[in-house]
Amino acid sequence: MKLRILKALLKKEITLMQRNPLIPKIIIGMPLMVMLILPLVANLDVKDVNVAVVDNDHSSLSRRITADISASPFLTVIDVPLDHSGAIALVEKGDVDVILTVPPHFSRSLAICSGNASVDIEVNGVNATKGMLGGQYVSQSVLSTIKGWREENGVTEPTQPTGILYLYNPTLNFRNYMIPALMVVLLIIICGFLPALNLVSEKETGTIEAMNVTPVPRLLFVLSKLIPFWIVGMIVVTVGMLVGWIVYSLVPAGSIFLIYLAAILFSLVMSGLGVIIANRSASMLQSIFVMFAFIMVFQLMSGLFTPIGSMPGWARTITYAIPPRYFIEIMRAVYLKGAGFADLWFQFLTLVALAVLTLGLSALTYSKRS
Amino acid sequence: MSVFKSLVKKETIHILRDRRTMLITILMPVVLLLLFGFAISTEVNDVRVVAVVDRHTDMSRDLLQRFEVNDYFTFLGLADPADVDRILRSGMTDAAVFIRTHGERLVTQIVVDASNTTTARAMTGYIDGVINHSKPDDLVLTQTLYNPRMKSAYNFVPGILGMIFILICAIMTSVSIVREKESGTMNLLLVSPVRPHTIILGKLVPYFILSCVILAIMLIMSYTVLDLPSSPSVISVVLVSLIYIILALSIGLLVSTIVSTQITALIVSAVMFMLPVIMLSGMIFPVGNMPLLLQGVSCIIPARWYVEAMRKLMIQQLDISYISTEITILLSMTVILLALAVAKFKSSTR
Amino acid sequence: MKSNVEKVISVSNLTKRFGSFTAVDHISFDVCRGEIFGFLGANGAGKTTAMRMLCGLSRPTEGNGRVAGCDILTQTEMIKRHIGYMSQKFSLYSELTVDENIRLFSTIYSMTDVQIMEASSRLYAELGMESMRRTRVSDIPVGWRQKLAFATATIHRPDIVFLDEPTGGVDPVTRRKFWEHIYKASSEGMTIFVTTHYLDEAEYCDRVSIMVDGCISALDSPAALKRKYHADTIDEVFRIVASEAKRDE
Repeated sequence: MKLRILKALLKKEITLMQRNPLIPKIIIGMPLMVMLILPLVANLDVKDVNVAVVDNDHSSLSRRITADISASPFLTVIDVPLDHSGAIALVEKGDVDVILTVPPHFSRSLAICSGNASVDIEVNGVNATKGMLGGQYVSQSVLSTIKGWREENGVTEPTQPTGILYLYNPTLNFRNYMIPALMVVLLIIICGFLPALNLVSEKETGTIEAMNVTPVPRLLFVLSKLIPFWIVGMIVVTVGMLVGWIVYSLVPAGSIFLIYLAAILFSLVMSGLGVIIANRSASMLQSIFVMFAFIMVFQLMSGLFTPIGSMPGWARTITYAIPPRYFIEIMRAVYLKGAGFADLWFQFLTLVALAVLTLGLSALTYSKRS
Repeated sequence: MSVFKSLVKKETIHILRDRRTMLITILMPVVLLLLFGFAISTEVNDVRVVAVVDRHTDMSRDLLQRFEVNDYFTFLGLADPADVDRILRSGMTDAAVFIRTHGERLVTQIVVDASNTTTARAMTGYIDGVINHSKPDDLVLTQTLYNPRMKSAYNFVPGILGMIFILICAIMTSVSIVREKESGTMNLLLVSPVRPHTIILGKLVPYFILSCVILAIMLIMSYTVLDLPSSPSVISVVLVSLIYIILALSIGLLVSTIVSTQITALIVSAVMFMLPVIMLSGMIFPVGNMPLLLQGVSCIIPARWYVEAMRKLMIQQLDISYISTEITILLSMTVILLALAVAKFKSSTR
Repeated sequence: MKSNVEKVISVSNLTKRFGSFTAVDHISFDVCRGEIFGFLGANGAGKTTAMRMLCGLSRPTEGNGRVAGCDILTQTEMIKRHIGYMSQKFSLYSELTVDENIRLFSTIYSMTDVQIMEASSRLYAELGMESMRRTRVSDIPVGWRQKLAFATATIHRPDIVFLDEPTGGVDPVTRRKFWEHIYKASSEGMTIFVTTHYLDEAEYCDRVSIMVDGCISALDSPAALKRKYHADTIDEVFRIVASEAKRDE
């Protein structure tokens, strides 16, 4: 009997979804937009650092420093201005990120080991990340040039170079890091945002009251709202994985089963949250604003765009309460590292606990009576 | 005039009555500012390292010692070579350093979790520096122009403002106008002797004031909590922001004349205006890193020019003459959008 | 009249407060099976609030009562099996067709497919809506929507039907026709509980109560009320009773 009611309710939801002028477009358009455009946009990798070299030394060493910077894949020598003020003008125009100034007689003072000689690096701090990493790249390049030069001239003993092994993302492609995590954006919107909006819009049109006065069990009613979005969520995750595979040749190194398990658990958490917000909102605008606040904090604090490891201690503690954090960790670990359940049990258990919590609260806050 | 006043009053009461929405519009920018200012950073300042040592010698002990005392590292201890893969895979450590003693010399290899390529590069740089004793300070002096403490927050303030103004001016305004359309009160006003432009202004002024309040809060916070150096460019900052607020209000008005239901207004504003602001304005992701096609697309997004102008003014402390391009573009966008919105509104009221 | 008949609604001291505002103030009354009970009152007198408490949509602040044999405080979900409700605001799914709406609601009332088939074809015939079965509700004329809402509220043949201003905004001819449907439902044994502010409609009821400022100021058959207040129409009765009102809107 209950199954029959649920089936009737589901049929209603799906019919309404199909007839809605916007929902089908969102369901198809959004995954494509997020999976195709965001990876191109969400690139925090610092690659094209523009350098201006003010060479006051005019020695073979200073020319070699300039040449080595040009040869670096991330650095481009834009100009070699005659003086420092010329370089500053370039920075103000926004053409240059880093200025390298080689002082007069630099190679000579270096050769006599006086130790007082040093080059100056000035970075444009407007974009802090780019400035910091750009400065670091230039400094590394200069240091390795000087080291090579010293060894050749017998100033120091040659040292053994350190081998570096880049695990899990050997091609160092930043997109591989972003793509698995971007599915979190899709699930937040599809399994959290849309059901909440749907519920609130029934409140505004008054149809929810028509339902509340019937003997329909409230659990069935809420389930009928969520199940379609869960299914859509899983379809979207599948499409997302296919896009990752076809467009970016990225396939999960670990088990697909774990990805779906994480996606299902995360969808449960988000829909629980969505229902709580809908239950507590009186108008569409209100629910949108609350959801929007949640989405912003989730995106910033989940480690999606910036590493959690870079946050101060108190902020890191907060991230434990941010559900997307766990989903993102699972997705990245399964996709890139091929991690299994043994590596990720903590994340999975936390998601289960959060799902129980949000769904429980959503049941408590939903009442057919006011 | 008194009609106009009463319209403004009615709208203000409406905004103030929805406490929760009000609270969010004011608190969200503050929270975002604080998060960007004190929580979010892309700087790598804590590298978790394990070491695998084949033989304990003075040299290897000395190297481990250096990792332990260095502030940038959390040295997790020694690991068994067989465990390294598992430890890295479960995310317990960021990197492993293999140290082998080869006669009189140490041979080292860094194995790093390169999932996040940006941090992986920075980490290997740090580790390499510790291993090779290189003290860059001797040979290289690095200083930062404009943003001496390298706070990413400065970078984000213009972006947050760009986003919030779209939220208040475009989304709230369009929804509130469409709500009146839905409930029929708009028709009531339109058949009254009140002139249409008075009605529009009565709608827009309260949101304009709300935006100004938020602008003031954000600027005060930037110059106090975030220690942004104050300079005469503040006047230009306010000027550019006012242009942008009017621009966003025009967007809201335009949206409200096109759509007929609140939910469409919300979705159109969110998808057409909010998402591009977050993704393409350069507020989080540098425009320069995008493919050329998207860089082209970003040119038609007002927020991109606003963010650029604000960065030049607030962070680089440049003169207003440096942002003449941005101001020209923003002004012409405002004029076009406002003209379109007013024309649409007039034709829809007939 | 009908005092020896079973009481399907019986409440005492029902009260609802919103903060310091008392919307419904200690009302007590009974409704008998098969009756058409008119619930009159000015806008804001508390009619809808009282009705929502009876339907289990709103929790009473004080008082108790039984509807269709179930307690209104604890057995609201049981009550809902035995009632039909038509709200003031049209609230069917406007993007579903007439048929889809009817099917949805009758399935919720646990009707079998055969029962749904029979009941719906009978309804369409009665209402003359056969040709509109596959039309989306948003596309059918306003006058028909009320009929459809009434049909949906009675499809499962509830013991009691609650109608909240069912004829609001409808022309007099359609209103008359609507009342024929109400009589029909009543003759089939359903109890009708109807709020209205069209006072001519009160004459169609078996008994009417007049609510003023959250209290029931008068309750009897239309004829008895007219006698009591020496009035010719219920309209006059209402004016006399409602003149005590202090609340406006």
